[in-house]
Amino acid sequence: MYLEDTIAAISTPIGEGGIGIIRISGPDSLPIARSIFRKRLDGGLKSHRFYYGHIIDPDSGSLLDEAMAVFMGSPNSFTREDVLELHCHGGYLVVQRVLALTLRHGARLAEPGEFTKRAFLNGRIDLVQAEAIMDVIRSRSEMSLNLAQHQREGLLSLRLAQVKESLLSSLALLEAYIDFPEEDIDHAAKDHIKENAVASLVMLDELLSGFSEGRIIREGVSVVIAGKPNVGKSSLLNALLREKRAIVTAVPGTTRDLIEEQMTIKGLPVKLLDTAGIRESDDQVEREGVKLSLEKLASADLILFVVDGSSPFDDGDRAVLERLTGFSFMVVKNKVDMDTTPVLPFGAEVPVVSVSTRTGQGLMQLQQVIFDFFIHHGDRDSRDFVAISQVRHRDALDGCRQALGTFMANLERAVNPDLLAIDLRDALAALGEVTGETTADDVLDRIFQQFCIGK
Amino acid sequence: MIFYDKHYDVLVVGGGHAGCEAALAAARMGRETLLLTINLDAIALMSCNPAIGGLAKGHLVKEIDALGGEMAKNIDATGIQFRILNTKKGPAVRASRAQADKQQYRLRMKRVLEGEEHLHLKQGEVTALVLNDDTVTGVDTRAGVRYMAKTVILTTGTFMRGLIHIGLVHYSGGRAGDLPSVGLSDNLRELGFAVGRLKTGTPARLDSRTIDFNKLEPQYGDDEPLPFSFSTERIVTRQVPCHIAYTNERSHEIIRSGLDRSPLYSGIIEGVGPRYCPSIEDKVVRFPEKDRHQTFIEPEGLDTVEVYPSGLSTSLPIDVQWQFYRSIVGLERVEIMRPAYAIEYDYVDPIQLHASLETKRLMNLYHAGQINGTSGYEEAAAQGLVAGINAALRVQGKEPLILGRNDAYIGVMIDDLVTLGSKEPYRMFTSRAEYRLLLREDNADLRLRERGHAVGLVRENEYGKFVRKREMIGEELQRLRREKLLPSQADAAFLEEFNLNGVQNALTYEQLLRRPDITATDLSRIDGKIMETPAAVREQVEIQIKYQGYIDRQLEQVERSKKLENARIPRDMQYAGLPGLSTEVQEKLQAFRPDTLGQASRIPGVTPAAITILSIALKSRSGQ
Ligand SMILES: Cc1cc2nc3c(=O)[nH]c(=O)nc-3n(C[C@H](O)[C@H](O)[C@H](O)COP(=O)(O)OP(=O)(O)OC[C@H]3O[C@@H](n4cnc5c(N)ncnc54)[C@H](O)[C@@H]3O)c2cc1C
Repeated sequence: MYLEDTIAAISTPIGEGGIGIIRISGPDSLPIARSIFRKRLDGGLKSHRFYYGHIIDPDSGSLLDEAMAVFMGSPNSFTREDVLELHCHGGYLVVQRVLALTLRHGARLAEPGEFTKRAFLNGRIDLVQAEAIMDVIRSRSEMSLNLAQHQREGLLSLRLAQVKESLLSSLALLEAYIDFPEEDIDHAAKDHIKENAVASLVMLDELLSGFSEGRIIREGVSVVIAGKPNVGKSSLLNALLREKRAIVTAVPGTTRDLIEEQMTIKGLPVKLLDTAGIRESDDQVEREGVKLSLEKLASADLILFVVDGSSPFDDGDRAVLERLTGFSFMVVKNKVDMDTTPVLPFGAEVPVVSVSTRTGQGLMQLQQVIFDFFIHHGDRDSRDFVAISQVRHRDALDGCRQALGTFMANLERAVNPDLLAIDLRDALAALGEVTGETTADDVLDRIFQQFCIGK
Repeated sequence: MIFYDKHYDVLVVGGGHAGCEAALAAARMGRETLLLTINLDAIALMSCNPAIGGLAKGHLVKEIDALGGEMAKNIDATGIQFRILNTKKGPAVRASRAQADKQQYRLRMKRVLEGEEHLHLKQGEVTALVLNDDTVTGVDTRAGVRYMAKTVILTTGTFMRGLIHIGLVHYSGGRAGDLPSVGLSDNLRELGFAVGRLKTGTPARLDSRTIDFNKLEPQYGDDEPLPFSFSTERIVTRQVPCHIAYTNERSHEIIRSGLDRSPLYSGIIEGVGPRYCPSIEDKVVRFPEKDRHQTFIEPEGLDTVEVYPSGLSTSLPIDVQWQFYRSIVGLERVEIMRPAYAIEYDYVDPIQLHASLETKRLMNLYHAGQINGTSGYEEAAAQGLVAGINAALRVQGKEPLILGRNDAYIGVMIDDLVTLGSKEPYRMFTSRAEYRLLLREDNADLRLRERGHAVGLVRENEYGKFVRKREMIGEELQRLRREKLLPSQADAAFLEEFNLNGVQNALTYEQLLRRPDITATDLSRIDGKIMETPAAVREQVEIQIKYQGYIDRQLEQVERSKKLENARIPRDMQYAGLPGLSTEVQEKLQAFRPDTLGQASRIPGVTPAAITILSIALKSRSGQ
């Protein structure tokens, strides 16, 4: 917990077309403005004036967006600290990238409710106002917890966990070497630590390259529609696209090829994939289709599990559900206009959206739920929004990559182990933002598992 | 009950390593202090290995010394082999270790206690606490005597309901040869304390006349033994070596054959043992791929033939012990003088303590040492010192001494204990300290002398010496920042050797010393004055300059955490019904009752969002 560093977050609801505001609060606000905001005339930003200019990444020189900037000098701001607001024009992605840029230039992603907290602690708002937001803060932090539990980032979380695992085992080696000088701890340890670090570095670079140009920008997120045959998967795709492209008939197993469509939901590019109904089949062609569907499931960011809302949840549905375990999915209950509502075997942890592809009922809500799934921005009425998990991840990866780079360089220079350990701990701490903190006991547990230690 | 008519300020129960420091600190702070212990001949007895220090433990000893405790001086006077460990792994993890002459160690400590004006020693076993409401006011002993005191410190070590195991045989005892403490832990349980059970073990003591040392590799101490205490000039005791031996496959076979009569593996022992001090049967079972385990044969003293084989503790039956020790090369004919054993004992979960080591349940009652679920002499002594200081401060009506995680290993340890509790015996490791680079052995005095002096434990002459050292460090740092090497006038060989040939501008000595490859000794080739300062000052200056980047980074982290660490939570804080806190977090906080926001933030399950909410609640409370 830092109380006096500089924090940043997107402070407007994110949507297509509108203006996105990034708010930055703390002592580095002005220096950040100086490094990333270019305006026509020279000279600094005067307090409480709007300036027109461009947001430029100083490292690459590339232009991110045209924007308005306003600086509010302490104490005349919402938090009573120096505050900088960047009003961007571009859609959701541009705002994300600008936020990421501020994070690279000294800001830290704000915790839920942190602007308000600062406002309160600095006497800007009163207790009643502050208490009113307490519940909001809690519900948000619970949401981010759910985020982790829902494996929202499925594969990414897994990879981060691998990186953490490898760093932790390096740290355990190093710490065992430090703390138990009288034990005959394997002197191959150093090579092992290096191998681990190199492997982690490769993994991080891979992950980062996926981020840096923005996988989302290039490809969008991939949403796969799955379900047993004839529950209305293609109808759902069409309804979402508002045009008929997939073949829709009442004969089960019609959609044999995979159908892929691009759409945007509130500025978020979405790649929508319709799959063949998943079931056992004798038909060679259909079997091929099913196989392909299963492969697509594995690479999806999100799966929409479509069930027929007018008939009971049956073995066919159950067979599909089995295939979905381990993936991020939500349930779309179709045909709710036919007003029979079967009981579904899901707990509160799986989101269920009821729609009718025939009447269009629930489709808006479905889009919202999909959007919220990727873009986690908490409560709309509050003044500070939690940025999306994507940025958090990227930030974590960046920090980890940097610390690990320092670690490798120092390892080569044969720097003392006590300092090497600090670099490794920094790398782990950076990851901690998304994978959870590494405690002293985690390290000790690892040491006692790996080494026979004891006098 | 017979009342004793004297009324004490501080009453210490137990004369182990915790009890000694506690009693000395309180008495030296001018408090009338009584130390009650089961056996006055066993004061400061080393129950397990005859050694002080090691990684993180050496750090603790230096900190105890800086604050004005006795342990460092005691080992300096009675140590028979001194070594600095980790000399090549960086200053933060360099640590001192010494073998002790066990009997001399104990006798010297007793002499020091007896020489203290306000300190009274009495033999007696405490069986219950005397209370007035929620405040402790004295103790009752087995002999039916009631002693009254303003504050009480419990340091009962491994003694409460101590149960000794050798194979399938077990009997009550506080340690081999000592009576257990019976009744006190039941009394604590009745008073509402959560009392748990832990286990530890010790190897056999062997007769060195039956060991063939020619077959073992000797390990000598450092050529120049360096003292622990900042006040000790030099070590004058005779120095002797340890010897290294190894178990082999046959030893392991013997161990395996005895497992059916192991109290550990047959489930008789219920207490949790330390993972970092596994018995030899644990090692053999858990790491079957290791074909040998190392042991140091450590002398127990200069006047005895008894030796201590480290790392070979066991609770296997005595016949297995005979075979096992004799399977080791060099020990073929060895005679066991005292068998190895395991011991189970009651401890009181330290989560029930404030950071001052006072219990949250009863006022003026303090717990220190192994009773808090720690293990090790140094850990015990450090807690004893803090408890002694704080009991004395309480009597003086002053605020307690609380060391932060950035101040000392002592601070790290106590914070870990009171916020996380102990589910297995807690031992200090350097990896537990997040500000490890700041908490070095070499700067323990710079970190803590001032605090020790403020409470009145560091004597004026020692303090004066420290102040002079601190000044010299400051002056030398300034000089090195000021004086420069002019490449044009410099010694060509020096420039050549350190790749400085291309350098145009004058470099300050500080800049030179910052380079990883240039040591103070190297610098002395061009800077005649650097060798004029005392070695301890030179060492400080060199470390501070060389590691400045990293040190500054850690200092920055400390600075950032300060606000949380300094935000005190009132003792009567009500967590139930605080808006925004989940029920789970409310219950956790209600149960732990953290003293500061920093502490609260380290309780597992208390989220950053919960801390935000708490800080708002605190602020609004104080605003009212
Ligand atoms: C068998 C054994 C093996 C050990 N192995 C290790 C090890 O491998 N590594 C390690 O680090 N540490 C080990 N230790 C622990 C180490 O000895 C202790 O951590 C350290 O001595 C604790 O110090 P203390 O002051 O808390 O308690 P102790 O040194 O145990 O002293 C307790 C004192 O309290 C007195 N006392 C107890 N109850 C009462 C009462 N009711 N009334 C009056 N006096 C009382 C006792 O007489 C004794 O003087 C071992 C201890 C034992 C016994």
